[in-house]
Amino acid sequence: MSDDFYKNKTSIEAQPSRTISDSSGSVSDIDYVKPAEVSDQDLYHGHSFITKWIFCQDAKVIGIQYTLTAVFTGIIGLILSWLMRLQLGFPELVPFITAEHYYQFVTMHGMIMVVYFLTALFLGGFGNYLIPLMTGARDMVFPYVNMVSYWMFFVAVLVLMASFFVPGGPTGSGWTLYPPQAILEGTPGSGAGIILMLVSLALFVVGFTMGGLNYVITILQARTRGMTLMRMPLTVWGIFTATVLALLAFPALFVSVIMMSLDRILGTSFFMPTILKAGEILEYGGGSPVLFQHLFWFFGHPEVYIVALPAFGIVSDLISVHSRKNIFGYRMMVWAIVAIGALSFFVWAHHMYVSGMNPWFGFFFATTTLIIAVPTALKVYNWVLTLWRGNIRMTTVMLFCLGFIVTFVNGGITGIFLGNVIVDIPLSDTYFVVAHFHMVMGIAPLMVIFGAIYHWFPLVTGRLLDEKLGKWHFWFSFLGAYSIYFPMHYLGFIGVPRRYFEMYDSPYITSAVGLNQSITIAALIVGLSQFIFIFNIVKSLRMGKPAGKNPWKANSLEWQTPNVPPAHGNWGDKLPVVYRWPYDFNVPGAKEDYIPQTTPPSEVLEAKVEKT
Amino acid sequence: MHAGFIFLAVIVGSILFHVFTPWWWTDIASNWGAMDDTIVLTFWIGGGVFIAVCLFMIYCVFKFSYKEGRKVEYKPEDNKLEIILTVVTTLGVAALLAPGLIVWNQYINTPPNAINIEVMARQWGWQYRLPGEDGKLGTSNIVNINDQNPFGINLDDQNGRDDILIQSDELHLKTNRPVKILLRSTDVLHNFYVPQFRAKMDAVPGLITYYWFEPNKEGDYEVLCAEYCGIGHYGMRAKVVVDNEENYEKWLEQQETFSDFIATLNGKEIKKIKLAKINNLNE
Repeated sequence: MSDDFYKNKTSIEAQPSRTISDSSGSVSDIDYVKPAEVSDQDLYHGHSFITKWIFCQDAKVIGIQYTLTAVFTGIIGLILSWLMRLQLGFPELVPFITAEHYYQFVTMHGMIMVVYFLTALFLGGFGNYLIPLMTGARDMVFPYVNMVSYWMFFVAVLVLMASFFVPGGPTGSGWTLYPPQAILEGTPGSGAGIILMLVSLALFVVGFTMGGLNYVITILQARTRGMTLMRMPLTVWGIFTATVLALLAFPALFVSVIMMSLDRILGTSFFMPTILKAGEILEYGGGSPVLFQHLFWFFGHPEVYIVALPAFGIVSDLISVHSRKNIFGYRMMVWAIVAIGALSFFVWAHHMYVSGMNPWFGFFFATTTLIIAVPTALKVYNWVLTLWRGNIRMTTVMLFCLGFIVTFVNGGITGIFLGNVIVDIPLSDTYFVVAHFHMVMGIAPLMVIFGAIYHWFPLVTGRLLDEKLGKWHFWFSFLGAYSIYFPMHYLGFIGVPRRYFEMYDSPYITSAVGLNQSITIAALIVGLSQFIFIFNIVKSLRMGKPAGKNPWKANSLEWQTPNVPPAHGNWGDKLPVVYRWPYDFNVPGAKEDYIPQTTPPSEVLEAKVEKT
Repeated sequence: MHAGFIFLAVIVGSILFHVFTPWWWTDIASNWGAMDDTIVLTFWIGGGVFIAVCLFMIYCVFKFSYKEGRKVEYKPEDNKLEIILTVVTTLGVAALLAPGLIVWNQYINTPPNAINIEVMARQWGWQYRLPGEDGKLGTSNIVNINDQNPFGINLDDQNGRDDILIQSDELHLKTNRPVKILLRSTDVLHNFYVPQFRAKMDAVPGLITYYWFEPNKEGDYEVLCAEYCGIGHYGMRAKVVVDNEENYEKWLEQQETFSDFIATLNGKEIKKIKLAKINNLNE
């Protein structure tokens, strides 16, 4: 098989060497790309509707399935957040929101948004769609396993949603599911609700592991010729590192879920000490609630980066393309992603400064946490330095990128407050924390998701989204979300604790009633404005401007497919060959302001490329 | 309108909000002013970085917005600049971390003259135990808890006999004397938090956790549970009164010791442990 590829290679390179024979002489040398080491991939081509669109093995379709399912859960999460905000801003306005329901909404909102929406969307959605296209593969390396991965996720979502309909309702233990309360009476949904939550999470982890192994192995093994690791778009680097984190972190969630199920169902005592409840000693003893917190956050902190790293990667590419300039400090960006990923396994207990763990841990975890701020800050510098002396197109995509920078820097800085152990003491478990993590891992990644959808919609559907509606959508979302979460930090300064159904007449809150009301109103507006987006998608699917090939004049491989939208197998007869990194914008001497990764050096001899 | 103006308005608005906000810390009533200081320091450094990065971004948006044929800088890397930024950031982070760790060291080392106070949390209320004349709290075990022994004090531990039991949800403290709060829970996680004291720590069933502070301002303060503990979490409040020496002694004299408690029980029919109002939420 490798012989065929050698022929392919020569046929690709023979052409330019014939046309520019009078230049430097060694043209075929400058276009040399190492031959492929493995044979081309055979794919199963679906023929029926079911094999093409439902039980489909094409990573692109699976990516869309993941995206649609994740967005569905996201809409549920959004509605739950409205109900919570109504209670907080205007208590007793909606009579059916009791304390029990409120805590169930809080829990389901948190778990849905973090795991079933953001994680599934970034890795399952963008990962599936973009990894094969951006690395020049025909598909994921295990397409069948990839299909099963989606359907496991689908079942996990069904089980999660089923918990709304069981007696006692879904669990109301907070998304962190801390025992002992999560599985004891006195917490809403401590019967069937918590069991379904645990089952759903276990299914999610199983499904994710199938997908995750696919992403990692595809990136390591199935890249096309010339696509070295240091020529991969940062999007792929971000998704790759996040997937490695997830494969290492989710097992911690998995075991804690299994152990808690055993505590709940069989009466073991992994997390359950001796407990006195309603005057009786329960049949538990010797377990440690803090152990659960260690396991949970050993998963939970990398989880933050599982969401953040793909966002970092994607936004780097969007900023570069839309400011027509190479990403500044590419190698630094790659190493920063890897360093953040590695460090993220050594910071988990900064979520536990007031948990009662040995207080000496505080020194260690505060130090590691603040060290992580350094590579993160470098990434921020490099994003804004990419704008410097660029040629910035103020597209909707770019607006979302700028919105990301503002919200991410804001949320990153408040992270330094909370990571610095002594500063965390007064702020932990207050609204400062709620504001911080929504800003940094809610709004900032969402800005990237929206930007990415506006950017890649033309590739997926062949039509552009409406720019005017897009801009309205951006300003409502960005200004609205900022006016929710920026003032919310100040509730935390007052000392307002989180997870309070109602403050009654506490002296702390009386001054903050107006603030809470305005936050609620902003939340309703932001939520409603998402319908502009949904309308835009529906409208543009049918009536959007045809995008043609490569509407943003980007360099990365996904825009160089023979068909738009790309067909099954992505590349037609021949796999693409890569000659450069994806950031050759405005290279001095080049005729165009971009040079796609597939353009051999012999075609742009006059371009003075510094890095390939 | 150019988008840059709106972004600029967001940054200026944030600064103005911060300057004129009516929502700020409650007046501090303990020794932990250093916590407030580290927060203010973090605000200055962090806020400065936030403003600088955003203003730089906005400048770029104005200055380099799209023009056909604009000359774009082509400079994939700049090692010198990247090293400078790394070093400056590292120094800034160290400047925030070092004072934080120094204060943390104070926080976890209780001064020797601190009075031990046991705070025992349950769904959903608080009880307190103070050492008696011997200055020591008796050892305890959750399995000993019953109507005659609400704190589960080990009966063969003589230190426990004179312990002062406070089964109402009002605790008194005296000014300018450090207290070490020893936290116990009989059921789930709780957290004894008074915003004005700044300090907090979880109560964990099966463990005794601690923190300390020195109240320095007389007054009534509200206790809030700061770790989610089930459906009654938001109602799990209590009152702390900080007294001067004289009033504190007066209050202390009215409280009964464990021995007194047993004696009264032996005389009368066993009364139920008083439960806080909030338990009605369960019904």
